[in-house]
Amino acid sequence: MLLQAYGGVELEGCVPMTEWAPKDVRAHIDFQHALNAELLDSGELVDAQGLAGPDVAKFVVSDGVNPPKIIDGPYPESKELLAGYRLIDVDSLDRALAIAARSSAAPGPGGVPIQQQIEVRQVMGAPDPEV
Amino acid sequence: MTPPDVEGLLRELAPQALGAVARRYGEFADAEDAVQEALVTAALEWPAGLPDSPLSWLIAVASRRLVEEYRRTDARRRREELAASLSIHQEETMPSSDDSLVLLFLCCDDKLSSTLSIPLTLRAVAGLTTREIAAAYLVPEATMAQRISRAKTKLRGRRFELPANPAARLRSVCEVLYLLFNEGYTSSSGPDLSRLDLSGEAIRLARMLHGHVPADPEVAGLLALMLLTEARRPARTSADGALVPLAQQDRSIWVRALISEGLQLLNATLAVGRIGEYQLLASIAALHDESASHASTRWTDIAKAYTRLESLTGNPMVRLNRAVAVAMVEGPASGLALLEGLDLHDSHRLHAVRAHLHEDTGDLVAAAQCYAAAAARTDNARERDYLVEQAARVSAR
Repeated sequence: MLLQAYGGVELEGCVPMTEWAPKDVRAHIDFQHALNAELLDSGELVDAQGLAGPDVAKFVVSDGVNPPKIIDGPYPESKELLAGYRLIDVDSLDRALAIAARSSAAPGPGGVPIQQQIEVRQVMGAPDPEV
Repeated sequence: MTPPDVEGLLRELAPQALGAVARRYGEFADAEDAVQEALVTAALEWPAGLPDSPLSWLIAVASRRLVEEYRRTDARRRREELAASLSIHQEETMPSSDDSLVLLFLCCDDKLSSTLSIPLTLRAVAGLTTREIAAAYLVPEATMAQRISRAKTKLRGRRFELPANPAARLRSVCEVLYLLFNEGYTSSSGPDLSRLDLSGEAIRLARMLHGHVPADPEVAGLLALMLLTEARRPARTSADGALVPLAQQDRSIWVRALISEGLQLLNATLAVGRIGEYQLLASIAALHDESASHASTRWTDIAKAYTRLESLTGNPMVRLNRAVAVAMVEGPASGLALLEGLDLHDSHRLHAVRAHLHEDTGDLVAAAQCYAAAAARTDNARERDYLVEQAARVSAR
């Protein structure tokens, strides 16, 4: 599972996407679509989803007895929030890391890679039947 | 010899077989389970050679399954019920043309939310498999199977017959079909895996419904609305999948055959009288479809239709569309004025419309803010891409 949060962009001075030059926005979107198409083609893509923004996020806490506490977005620490993910099924950790690296280098303003931190997490499987 | 189109045949026969079995045994939910099993068997066996009478085969196999199931489960009560229902319904074993209508009424029951009624309708009436429906909604097959079974549990014990007040119940059927259509028309979540054509299914079902109740103006209106909207689909997305707004669509690739069919149906319906929501929506779609360009559209008529629709439905979303039409007639400032104080719970569409209108008045700062706000609130990936691009475009000017 390759997770992408709102924060973690290491390109210095990278402004929000809505303020990029239009052609840079298009290039970034095209890059994401092309990467998905490529992974779909190679049979490695299980799922890819972008999540609706932090403004419409909600946070729920409940003790199971009282009415739940529901906090509406925007969340002050929105950088911590997940922006989207790719679920991939690959042969090796190396391959997963290579795809994560591609994704991290998505083009930003002026075509410069935004160097977004990608969290690589393994989905837990069923226990080995031999064990 | 070409192999028989088993898939198409099964989809056509599924509701007929279900109708016949449900009528015979009187209970919808159990009959649906049994017919599903028969369909699965048929899908495996038929490609090697069709039975002489495919429909009778399905009915026979499903009936056998149902009887076996009744024998297995809580024997006594069921057997008594079965004996009773057999004696009552025995003569009605042949399929009836009204069966699919009865099925639609059952599946689009007020007791079911649309997350339950839509999948059930797709399976029981449209004859799709659980796997196909799951793929269309991008959920695991097991999840969809559970959803369908939950829907059937809620309908357990329901007799297979037309409701006492069919006219009133047609409304919920239309609502479900329209939701299904929109689901297909706007679907965009995730990478575009090969998704089933849900809009096509909605049109097929609306056609069938219209065939049963040709005199109902709202059903005709709904079908016309779907056809007139579907006609624009080829122009709605660009080659790379991006959303193309109505104003920029290449009208030469709109599907003329769908437009003329929709117009013909709508005109015949409007001539009869008793206007309703779907007829008004279809009229608006027709006004767009008939226009050679966005600028030459009869916006005054569209604004009038939205005004009627707003007073008919009281839906604040209608005001939003009316504002767009009014802006085309009287200028963006009048459109913005209509949106003052409109309570749409922070809807992304309100922000998007404000953005367009601000841009037209020349207030680019407000426009960029509104586009960004809309992008932050939409739950549609394609729409977000579009809105982010608009924000960037306006900021760069």
